Amino acid sequence: MNNIVKLAFRNLKRYMRRTLLTSMLITLGVVAVLLFISVSGSFKGMMIGQITDSMLGHMQIHAKGYLSSIENLPLNRNLTAKQVDKARQLLDENKSVEAYSMRIKLGAMFSNFSETTNVRLNAVDPQQEMATVPGLVSRIIKGEKEGLLARGEILIPELIAKGMNVNVGDTIVLVATNREGSVNGQPFVVRGLLEGITGPGGRDGVIHLDDARSLLRIEETEISEIAVRLKDMGRLDAVYEAVNGQLSAMKNKMDKPVFEVHTWRELTPFFNIARMIDVMTFFIKIMLVSIVLISIMNVMIMAVYERINEIGTIAAIGTTPGKILALFITEGFLLGLFGALIGVIVSLAGIAGMNAAHISFNFGRQEDLLLAPTIAAGDVVMVSVIVIVIAILGSLQPAFKASRMDPIAALRHV
Amino acid sequence: MAIVEAKALIKNYVAGDITVQAIRGVDFVIEPGSFVSFVGPSGSGKSTLLNMIGCLDPPSSGFLAVAGQDVATLHGKEAAHFRGEHIGFIFQDFNLIPVLTVFENIEYPLLMVQNWPAGKRKARVLEMLAAVGMQDQGDKYPGQISGGQKQRVAVARALVANPKLVLADEPTANLDRETAMRIIALMKQMRDEFGTTFVFSTHDPKVVKNAETVFFLEDGMLQKEGNRKGESHE
Ligand SMILES: Nc1ncnc2c1ncn2[C@@H]1O[C@H](COP(=O)(O)OP(=O)(O)O)[C@@H](O)[C@H]1O
Ligand SMILES: [Mg+2]
Repeated sequence: MNNIVKLAFRNLKRYMRRTLLTSMLITLGVVAVLLFISVSGSFKGMMIGQITDSMLGHMQIHAKGYLSSIENLPLNRNLTAKQVDKARQLLDENKSVEAYSMRIKLGAMFSNFSETTNVRLNAVDPQQEMATVPGLVSRIIKGEKEGLLARGEILIPELIAKGMNVNVGDTIVLVATNREGSVNGQPFVVRGLLEGITGPGGRDGVIHLDDARSLLRIEETEISEIAVRLKDMGRLDAVYEAVNGQLSAMKNKMDKPVFEVHTWRELTPFFNIARMIDVMTFFIKIMLVSIVLISIMNVMIMAVYERINEIGTIAAIGTTPGKILALFITEGFLLGLFGALIGVIVSLAGIAGMNAAHISFNFGRQEDLLLAPTIAAGDVVMVSVIVIVIAILGSLQPAFKASRMDPIAALRHV
Repeated sequence: MAIVEAKALIKNYVAGDITVQAIRGVDFVIEPGSFVSFVGPSGSGKSTLLNMIGCLDPPSSGFLAVAGQDVATLHGKEAAHFRGEHIGFIFQDFNLIPVLTVFENIEYPLLMVQNWPAGKRKARVLEMLAAVGMQDQGDKYPGQISGGQKQRVAVARALVANPKLVLADEPTANLDRETAMRIIALMKQMRDEFGTTFVFSTHDPKVVKNAETVFFLEDGMLQKEGNRKGESHE
């Protein structure tokens, strides 16, 4: 075995330039894939993290049918006190749930006493909300972040602040129509300005849950949405299955399900972008496979062709076909190994370099997001294994041809 | 017992409609330890015959035994094992492996064909290097030595694994006369030293006279046979 590796290595060294060129091609492919996985993964992670941590949570529970009309923020599709209790009980029992936040979503008129506009609002319990979407406070670009907000206070989207010319500390009035059609107004002090993020719900204001109840004259508990944060987002699917299974088992008198449960994926169009990134990663991997396959096959076909005489010689003096096969496969394997090894080293250096260079980019209205690419050891191993396996596959046919060669014909070849 | 025995040996090459009768029924016996030459003009069937003896090419019909084994039906892996075990080869073009040093070329059969332990291997290669007078050249690559030296290395490689039989198809065709004579002399010396049977082919009458047994081939048939030690032919 050792000797086969030695001989294969010597032969690679004999055609140094070709070996280097092929390795470089493979290296290039590996670097492209690893950097792409790393950067896109970082971008994806940040994007998803921002959306789930500052707005959606990982999972949401609504009354059945709420999501399809969420644009209207319908108050008549809220969860009732009994339903909320059921959901609360279930979430409290679930060990994977870190926190949840009960929200009333409503639309209101927003007046600064000289102008009026409409605003979408999330009414929340500050403690629950901060535990469920800890990233929300970081979106407060002006005003006190500590404690999110108190009763009588409002966090307004920065665009409305700009358009309506209101600032932190100003008093504004919210006017809302409740389910029965009665109109009510209530003054609020602007506690802070909220940075908008791209996507639905990214430009909602925030008020206290109790304020919403008094504004809308809600007597009993009534909730539009329960946002849920999990301890481990990686277990999302399992937790979703469990919670959804339990909740959808609950039927009303007409035997229709009461709840609907959605993961963040169904709540934001950014899941499609994330998926597109995955698809792109897949195609880039296919390109890598093609590069490796074609370049290794090319080199190995050449190697066999150039060495027909030598193959005839070693076959004549008793080298078995199996050993000849092994010799050429080892050559392909070593080429793949070199390419992958150098590729991994260059990629890791590149990733470290990007982190050191503090590259930032803009996403939606967010500016100066720091690109912090990382790569999982699993990805590095997987890409290396792909390259090496494909290198072996690519040398299989030429190696097989070499091993099957008739020694006399090979010896006669010029 | 004979090292090579052929009876009514026939080899036909079929290419499409054309059948070339390369060997047309030959009978001969080669005794162990002999120094034998097949002589004949180009195309007379020397290579074909040596290839059959060397288990590189199966006969079309007839009987052929090498080292006591019927080799007519040996194929692929079995043939490779048999060659590696019993036969050494010397080629017209030397056929050393260019990426291996002289030492490693001689070592190759012990390493890649048979599985000798490292210590024994080294001793044996050094012995062979000395036997062919190349003891100072072990670290050189084939590209760095002359044709005659290459053929010396090839002789050492052919002998290193202690084969019963060494086959050399026109081993001197690419050498000048003087070097050719030295190589033939070396082969004979090796025969004397190790008792190995040498069978070589040539179309050079000057070279032939060094053979102890000469078979004349013409059109795939043996003309006459005889012990011609000391005789010369033109
Ligand atoms: N593979 C082959 N296919 C067809 N004809 C062949 C083949 N090998 C040898 N021959 C023919 O067999 C005859 C003997 O060839 P060869 O043994 O090479 O002669 P020599 O070695 O004495 O010059 C020649 O006529 C040659 O053309
Ligand atoms: Mg010939």
